[in-house]
Amino acid sequence: MQQRRLSRRDFLQTTGAVSLAALLSGCFGVGGQSGGGGSAQSIVVWDISTGNDQKLIQDITAKFNQTHPSIHATVQFFQNDPYKQKLQVAMGAHQPPDIFFGWGGGILKSYIDAGDVYDLTPDLNADPAWRDRFLPSSLGAATFNGHIYGIPNDGVQPVVFLYNKDIFAKYKLSIPQTWGDLLNLVKTVRQQGLQPIALGGASKWTYLMYEMYLVDRLGGPQVFDAIMANQPNAWSNPVIIKANTMIQDLVAAGAFGSGFASVSYDTGQASALLYTGKAAMHLMGTWDFGTILNDDPSFIQQGKLGWFPFPAVEGGIGDPSNLTGVPCNYYSVAKTSKAIQACVTYLKDAVLNDEAVDRRIALGEIPPVQGIENKLSSAPHSDWLLFVYRLVQKAVHFQLAWDQALPPQPAQALLANLDQLFLRQISPQQFSANMNQTIGT
Amino acid sequence: MSMSVTVRVAPIRRRPASWPALLWTAPALCFYALFALFPLLVAVYLSFTNWNGIAQAVWIGPANWLHFFSDPLTLHAIGLTVEMMILTWVLQTPLSLLLGVFMAGQQRYRAVLSVFYFLPLLFSTVAIGITWVSILDPNFGLINVALRALGLSSWARGWLGDPGLAFYVVAIVIAWQFIPFHSLLYMTGARQIPRELYDVAEIDGAGRLRKFFAITLPQLKYTIITSSIFMLTGSLTYFDLIWVMTGGGPGYATRILPLHMYITAFMDEQVGYGSVIALVLAISGIALSLLLLRVTGFLRMSSQLEGL
Repeated sequence: MQQRRLSRRDFLQTTGAVSLAALLSGCFGVGGQSGGGGSAQSIVVWDISTGNDQKLIQDITAKFNQTHPSIHATVQFFQNDPYKQKLQVAMGAHQPPDIFFGWGGGILKSYIDAGDVYDLTPDLNADPAWRDRFLPSSLGAATFNGHIYGIPNDGVQPVVFLYNKDIFAKYKLSIPQTWGDLLNLVKTVRQQGLQPIALGGASKWTYLMYEMYLVDRLGGPQVFDAIMANQPNAWSNPVIIKANTMIQDLVAAGAFGSGFASVSYDTGQASALLYTGKAAMHLMGTWDFGTILNDDPSFIQQGKLGWFPFPAVEGGIGDPSNLTGVPCNYYSVAKTSKAIQACVTYLKDAVLNDEAVDRRIALGEIPPVQGIENKLSSAPHSDWLLFVYRLVQKAVHFQLAWDQALPPQPAQALLANLDQLFLRQISPQQFSANMNQTIGT
Repeated sequence: MSMSVTVRVAPIRRRPASWPALLWTAPALCFYALFALFPLLVAVYLSFTNWNGIAQAVWIGPANWLHFFSDPLTLHAIGLTVEMMILTWVLQTPLSLLLGVFMAGQQRYRAVLSVFYFLPLLFSTVAIGITWVSILDPNFGLINVALRALGLSSWARGWLGDPGLAFYVVAIVIAWQFIPFHSLLYMTGARQIPRELYDVAEIDGAGRLRKFFAITLPQLKYTIITSSIFMLTGSLTYFDLIWVMTGGGPGYATRILPLHMYITAFMDEQVGYGSVIALVLAISGIALSLLLLRVTGFLRMSSQLEGL
């Protein structure tokens, strides 16, 4: 059911054949998307949902079409990995669909810069009830210069620590409140011959979670904001050097075992380390709950899965309530659409409406919508859902994953350099020097 | 009366292509122009631009080309590519040759074994990559599990996660995939060698080794050249297997030039610079095969069966 989350943000792992094929199909598949005549205005929506999510969207859209006779919305579904390239090609040809699915951040920004995305701010301001429906931290990744270019369309997915309660009970371990606690925990678990923390390094973006949290805890969001603002040498910020030193210390302490760079998250190996009892903890996006539920339901049903937020870091000035991960996925409207107002109506009436919220909660998702505690507490796995919802509600800042926020080239360089940093092939200073070269490219 | 018979030999000259001939080749030519020449020319144009694939391409002159020769990442990728070529040849040629000659024998058990040797050739590369990633997984993979079961835990490695190891592991998996193809070449090559040569050698008292080095190997000269050209130019285009197995990592440890081209053009979205790399790859491939053909005398195609 949540299988697509496995590779949600992981475009890097696209198999070559698939992406090349997608590129080709993209080349030939574009065009002729704009709606035809007739009395109703046609709008085309591109989405990547699968399974139950896809069914949900189809049902909601069918109802929307019934209640809005003047609009006819059609949703086309694509596979996650090829989709990004298909969208890229369609945007390049200036022939996008009316509404497209996206992740916010740098990719959306590049479309906005090319003048292809409609600014939703006036419509949201004209309807405060609609605007205020969403948790504020969830709109961040689609907001640029105070303008909002996307509407949340599914659940929030922050990154949290998952842990194996059996292991914690057996060795009388307690949940770490600070980074120092975590280091002690790592030492204790290591002494028992277990791997303290699972890490799927082969997927590369998994490294980023440590980098983002440590930098945020130590120096707050402004450190990364300076990078996004293309300030020269922003990567040399002492906060980043310190965070990277802490990362290398953690690696040196054996927190991730020795083979972490060849463990893939996408094939489920990293999650398996946790539920097979080989590793005590796993720092991962909340989509991993769905992965475990799918791969080893008994682990959750028997109450063996525990969770806690990323600990505070001693002496850091960042707010410990801050989150990183995937604030949300978004629908954006293409400026080329011939029916922009119909699109806005669709976003307002069909996307995350009450029925969609109920059904998403039933699927174990957490829509970034105000005041749904009651609904969450009566859903299955409510303790987990409420934990995540309250984290997001409380968060002062919800940082979109850096590799999504940055333009593509620096994002790729970041992942490759993190790979080398974790393998201790480069020093924190070299990391900063390498990354500084990508600023403003 | 004497009759002189004059035999007139029409001089052989090239006739200008007549229109039906042109007509018949037109579809192929159009196809070639549309899908090979035209994209190539576009790539040449793009190599002088700065383009992210979406916005307007901006003409920047030879900047991309100059960058190519000073970019440490690219130079590293070139080094790895050359290393991969050498490693490929050294790993695959002796094994393919021996296997091919072995399979050329008519014995029944050899035919049965051949079927197994050829299997990797039939699998899709992506499937091979995914399978090997699972086999090489440090925690749950067959290799490490087997090593631990045999009490060789200290030999267990993160095969694809160790920057010093990943490149060689990948090269070995590539060899595993392609040796069947090259053995097939050698097998057919070896079957073409006339039986008489061996019979004569036997009469002269030549042993197995002598026969192999004095007859089989020289007779397979052109097969070796063909296979080598496939291997060397092939290693200029290795992409899928490495992409699936390591994505060019860890770090940059397996990012050979074709991967570097793809990542640069389509993931970094530097299509202009990626085009430079693509063109360099195309030119190197052509140059390399021409060079090999010339150096090895393949084009002369002199007979090796003179006197038979």
